[in-house]
Amino acid sequence: MAFEGISEKIQNIFHKLTSRGKLSESDIKAAMREVKLVLLEADVNFIVVKKFIKELSEEAVGEKVLESLTPGQQVVKLVRDKLTELLGGTQAEIKSGNPTVVLMMGLQGAGKTTFCAKLAGYYKKQGRKPLLVACDIYRPAAIKQLHVVGEQAGVDVFDRGTEKPEKIYKEAMQYAVKNACDFIIVDTAGRLHIDDEMIEEMKELKAAANPTETLLVLDAMTGQDAVNAATTFNDDIGIDGVVLTKIDGDTRGGAAMSVRAVTGKPIKFVGTGEKLADIEPFYPDRMASRILGMGDVLSLIEKAETAFEEKKAVELQQKISKDQLTLEDFLDQMEQLSDMGSMSDILAMMPGGNKLKGMQVDEKQLGRTKAIVLSMTPEERRTPQMINGSRRKRIAAGSGSSIQDVNRLLNQFDQMKKMLKQFTGKGGKRKGMFKMPF
Amino acid sequence: MGLFDKIKERMGKTKENISSKINNVIKSFRKVDEDFFEELEEALILSDIGVVTTDKVVDKLRDYVKENKISDPGEIKQVLRDILAEDMQAEPLAITKPTVLLVVGVNGVGKTTTIGKLTALYKSQGREVMIAAADTFRAAASEQLSIWGERTGARVIKYAEGADPAAVVYDAIDAAKHAGSDILIIDTAGRLHNKKNLMGELEKIDRVIDKAWPDAQRETFLVVDATTGQNAISQTELFNESVKITGIVLTKLDGTAKGGVVCAVKDITGVPVRYIGLGEGVEDLQPFDAADFAAAIIE
Repeated sequence: MAFEGISEKIQNIFHKLTSRGKLSESDIKAAMREVKLVLLEADVNFIVVKKFIKELSEEAVGEKVLESLTPGQQVVKLVRDKLTELLGGTQAEIKSGNPTVVLMMGLQGAGKTTFCAKLAGYYKKQGRKPLLVACDIYRPAAIKQLHVVGEQAGVDVFDRGTEKPEKIYKEAMQYAVKNACDFIIVDTAGRLHIDDEMIEEMKELKAAANPTETLLVLDAMTGQDAVNAATTFNDDIGIDGVVLTKIDGDTRGGAAMSVRAVTGKPIKFVGTGEKLADIEPFYPDRMASRILGMGDVLSLIEKAETAFEEKKAVELQQKISKDQLTLEDFLDQMEQLSDMGSMSDILAMMPGGNKLKGMQVDEKQLGRTKAIVLSMTPEERRTPQMINGSRRKRIAAGSGSSIQDVNRLLNQFDQMKKMLKQFTGKGGKRKGMFKMPF
Repeated sequence: MGLFDKIKERMGKTKENISSKINNVIKSFRKVDEDFFEELEEALILSDIGVVTTDKVVDKLRDYVKENKISDPGEIKQVLRDILAEDMQAEPLAITKPTVLLVVGVNGVGKTTTIGKLTALYKSQGREVMIAAADTFRAAASEQLSIWGERTGARVIKYAEGADPAAVVYDAIDAAKHAGSDILIIDTAGRLHNKKNLMGELEKIDRVIDKAWPDAQRETFLVVDATTGQNAISQTELFNESVKITGIVLTKLDGTAKGGVVCAVKDITGVPVRYIGLGEGVEDLQPFDAADFAAAIIE
């Protein structure tokens, strides 16, 4: 997951701080110097770093911190709070309009077209009727790409070939009215912030469209220049927010920290993977925790909740407490788990998860386990006790695995049942989910 | 227009940025002292040269200044230019017949466009070029490549979306052998370098090329977006672990206010820059020349 590199280093620095009882001013100074280097290596804008470190140092050497019982931890908390502040404080949403019109723009290759479809899918799930408008009339096959991803997201796509963007937009709005689309997303051509002609085109389109929101799509891997691009787009065209793509890379994401600080415009969404479902609102506090290696448990829980239907959860709860859990439920859970994203994504969000870096989660194992369960008869899934030697043989052959694999799965299922039972007593609602034996 | 002038013109922003910063530092100091080096360091970091490489460059500069007893900040520029040029220097690229050129990179760096331009460049040198559309993942990627194929008159081997890229490569090699092509350029899907499975797919393509055409010259270019910051180093290192990267194509240098990442990549990974993209036009992809480049950015 993104920010791993930076978290690891900052954690080392913090470890040095928290392992000491009393801190002197020079201890903090030394730590701050290291934080500064880490942030610079993470592509955080130089000017932002300077200001951040200056403010941080002033507060950190204040009496409150140094004289507290746990100065190390106080400093860590301070860094986290300051970082949250730098990342924007609270979560910012897309304003609603009637219809909502979102104009997307950005440099070439930032991921605009893909993100348009992700956003459409996201709002479709919330009951809106999105329309994608193809205004990238320059890049070869850009319109085709929007059609394909639009179809994957199950939303309408409007294009008029390589007509002028304003004209396309006007006709698209007529189409929207006719088809009751209430969330219009306009995809535009990638442009450089220093290309006057293209910036002019964007200004005209924006004036004609009068969008509810204009969003700048920014690649999380951008370097020191992110700030320049964002500032120019903001000054020349005006933006309401930023969307950060490709944060599932190993980028340290300095751009994220800088853009908000310099332009004052919030980051609204992040793109977290190649699939259309890989989109999340941006939460500054959670991101700050993630950067510092405190884990992103809140995002994880939310992901689990969207994938996990409430009703089923209640049913499961009852079954667990009555010890009636079957392999069918097991299969169900496994499917819901894969709805949440890849196992490695989920791991990265857990506290200390980035320390498991070397550990490879075998996604195939999930598939193999699934195959074994699917090779059982419904009756066998409901009452695993009946699975005797010859049944095991049949299941193994049916799923292309060995009898040992089948045995292992049955054992694990047994253990899981016991474990889950322990949780239910304490009202630990869904905790059991993460203890699944894979 | 010579290459030098072209770089100078197109990299106006980069040049202005690095140069003006360095010029400012030089102007505001009367003598070369520690404060001067510190300011210079800052200017270099802001140019995406990175903390590590900046340290090295400044250390070299410090040594040189000491040895040659330089006290006038004005003399520093040429020295800095030489140091950067030397750091970026590499053996020239020689392409023999037949060559398989694999093009890889993260999403959105401009792989497909680069291939279009490379094809045009090689065609203009009178070489027969064939293209394999092994990006079977991104929607409309092969269409984009086909348009380039039409523009340049190169044959494009493609399958339906979602096909096994290694199979496309295998068939393309077959076709290139029969057609007697000089160069086979393979487009691949953009992938983030930290995704094990996707890098595994790339390794498979690599093996297929080795097996199907063992006597062809192998070149593997990593396309890097010049706006990328220090992540370019991680990209080079991780791609290099899967497929041996022989060169870097640095794209979108015309827009970025930086160019420093070029120095960092070569310094840390040792992989040379082969081409740079200076604009949207077909002729805007240029072979990389270290001395010209250094001279153009520090004016």
